[in-house]
Amino acid sequence: MKGFETVLRRLKALVPLALLLAASGCANDSGGGAGGGVAGGSGVRSAHMEAIRSRGQLSCGVDGQVAGFSSVGADGRYRGFDVDVCRAVAAALLGSGEKVEFRNLTATQRFPAVASGEVDLLSRNTTVTLGRDAPGGNGMSFAPVLFHDGVGVMVPVASGITNLAGLQGRPICLLSGATSEQALTDAMRRDNHSYVPLKFSTIDEMFGAYQQGRCAAASIDRSALAAQRTTFADPAAHRILPDVLSKEPLGPATAQADPAWADAVRWIVYALIEAEDQGITQANVKAKLAEARTNPKLADRRRFLGVEGNLGSQLGLPDDFVVKAITAVGNYGEIYSRNVGDGSPLKITPGPNRLWKDGGLLVSPPFR
Amino acid sequence: MPQPGLADTPSSLRPSPLRRLQRSLAPTVADGLLSLGLIALLLWVGLQLASWAIGRADWAVLQLNSMLLLVGRYPLAEQWRLWLLAGLLAVQAGLSWGLLRAWPRADRSLQGWLWPRHDRIAALCVGLLALLLPAALQLALPLQARWWLLAAALLALRWAAGRWGTRLHRHQLRLVGLLWPVLYLAGLWLIGGGLGLPRVASGDWGGLLLTLLLASFAMALSFPLGVLLALGRRSSLPLLRWGSVVYIEFIRGAPLITLLFIGQNILGFLLPSGLAPDRVWRAAWVLIFFAAAYLAEAVRSGLAAVPRGQLEAARSLGLSQAQALVQVVIPQALRVALPTMVGQFIALLQDTTLLSLIGLLDLLGTARGIMANPEFLGHSSELYLVLAVLYWGCCASLGLGSRALERRLDPRSEPTRG
Repeated sequence: MKGFETVLRRLKALVPLALLLAASGCANDSGGGAGGGVAGGSGVRSAHMEAIRSRGQLSCGVDGQVAGFSSVGADGRYRGFDVDVCRAVAAALLGSGEKVEFRNLTATQRFPAVASGEVDLLSRNTTVTLGRDAPGGNGMSFAPVLFHDGVGVMVPVASGITNLAGLQGRPICLLSGATSEQALTDAMRRDNHSYVPLKFSTIDEMFGAYQQGRCAAASIDRSALAAQRTTFADPAAHRILPDVLSKEPLGPATAQADPAWADAVRWIVYALIEAEDQGITQANVKAKLAEARTNPKLADRRRFLGVEGNLGSQLGLPDDFVVKAITAVGNYGEIYSRNVGDGSPLKITPGPNRLWKDGGLLVSPPFR
Repeated sequence: MPQPGLADTPSSLRPSPLRRLQRSLAPTVADGLLSLGLIALLLWVGLQLASWAIGRADWAVLQLNSMLLLVGRYPLAEQWRLWLLAGLLAVQAGLSWGLLRAWPRADRSLQGWLWPRHDRIAALCVGLLALLLPAALQLALPLQARWWLLAAALLALRWAAGRWGTRLHRHQLRLVGLLWPVLYLAGLWLIGGGLGLPRVASGDWGGLLLTLLLASFAMALSFPLGVLLALGRRSSLPLLRWGSVVYIEFIRGAPLITLLFIGQNILGFLLPSGLAPDRVWRAAWVLIFFAAAYLAEAVRSGLAAVPRGQLEAARSLGLSQAQALVQVVIPQALRVALPTMVGQFIALLQDTTLLSLIGLLDLLGTARGIMANPEFLGHSSELYLVLAVLYWGCCASLGLGSRALERRLDPRSEPTRG
């Protein structure tokens, strides 16, 4: 009997190993249903969500070193766009945006950390790609895109350069190994332009060289360009060209093995967008809720805020999860503005990161 | 205690200071030009740095983040524990330092000097640092006062122990040495909590605290492991020998960063969830196993330097193999290997910066997090400069301490002039 138990334990230990192989892309098969949640009717069961509830804390993987997205304030508190997404999920699931344990993850660590269950949620400005989503690739389950970024080019206004053609034969500062290098080379080659790449290993060196005038332009993700520009002595003397050389849609991700948990995260993220659509903010969410309670005609908002129906429990969340999330961090527009937009030192223009009805790319499916 | 004159030669025979300066800086014209050029270069670099530090640098980033750099996200309400620990450490360090001076080695002249030259310089540095640095950063007055108190406790105990330490009995002196491990365990308890204190998760330890904690933990545990591995490699049992060889060569063949990645990413898969130690301790164990392999080779070189006759003589005196090793061979081997081992320890301290690459908030990782704070963008130069000074300070004190230890352990050397 004892021997049989040992064998069983060994076999169990091998299951995560198979998962690891799948995660690192060595296996074509996903290693399948290890500890996956089973959704059925109103009694949603998700191993992951139960684990988070019993732990009382959401473990959230962030970068920790990207201005505006995740960084540590002087008071030791994590702040940023990615951080607020973690807090929103924690609030929706556990009732408080403070019940989060942040883990700094590097680019190479992030997917194994999710696959091994080390973090419950990855909110680390991660570009959604097929390879990362596919079961035969990294096997992530991506929540909706929350930030549309792309490689851009910054030039000094005084140089008079207004488009990529103006950079013909000029030196351009790049971050070596970043996607921007590939994107810029592709874009320039498409138009038969040549340029001289000057590569740097850190973003500080790169912008140091740019400010010394060693290159005619600097190229990296547009959000990073905007962030670095705020540190210049005269930010207005530099222009970010309108060309967007690649699409970098960034979104949070969870492990594919637990679809119920992935669904919950997906709809918490949608709720942030939907709240902006419905004009519900951190400040007025209480009033809006009270209004919805007394006025049965506001069916949309009543369902959304959990006054009527059971949308939350269908996901395995409390019915008022939207109220909790918005109370903790506000709606999408507020999160954007506070961390990277007008309300922050970065002042990145929203561009496509606006609601569909304002000409942006953000849309939430209906809550019904 | 009597303080002998600095030189034994009569002053009339010594060359004038100007003459000595000329002889050391410019014995020939070409050397003089070289000296002048170098002095000009150093002055220029120093002036540039000073003008940047005073004029252009914005030290607010340091002033506002000083506690973050020191202890990371350690909860504010519990930080008194760290100050208490720092106080205990200052007391113990002052005590040990003073007693070392009060009790010089028995096989040398028993004349100890209360304040040899190196000690005076070190005391001056400690005092000035505690007074000037917090003031220059315009830290809050209670914070400044704490630094003064720490330095004062250290220096006062150094003085008191040096002055009256000779009254202690030999057995009591041993107790002071034993206090270090006790203090270390108490420190772990103070930092981590438990047993009545509220727990502080290791994820919240950071900054200099995490760097020093991990480095000291790795040094303390990798040392015995390294000695065992070195003995294993010289063992006559093939299994033990080959096991040690494979281990040492495997670890030395892999870069630390790969081992850290394995520890962080793959251990989570191999062990059932909940059993794997958390990230900080996983990194600590990787550091220990890594450092042990290098230390083993340093110790082995020391073992090889001890003549065979030593072991044979010890055995013929009736000591068992184990006794002969522990009492005769290993002490001599360690003394030979000491400079190399301290070199490894310094390298280990600097290797802890790799922890920031696996997402741990050591000193470098914390500093990077601060650099990403939108309020402080563009102030990386100030932070990197401070990091350089902090790391240099830690490594230099390790080096100085080891040289003092070397001098003390070397039976052939003359009593030091200090």
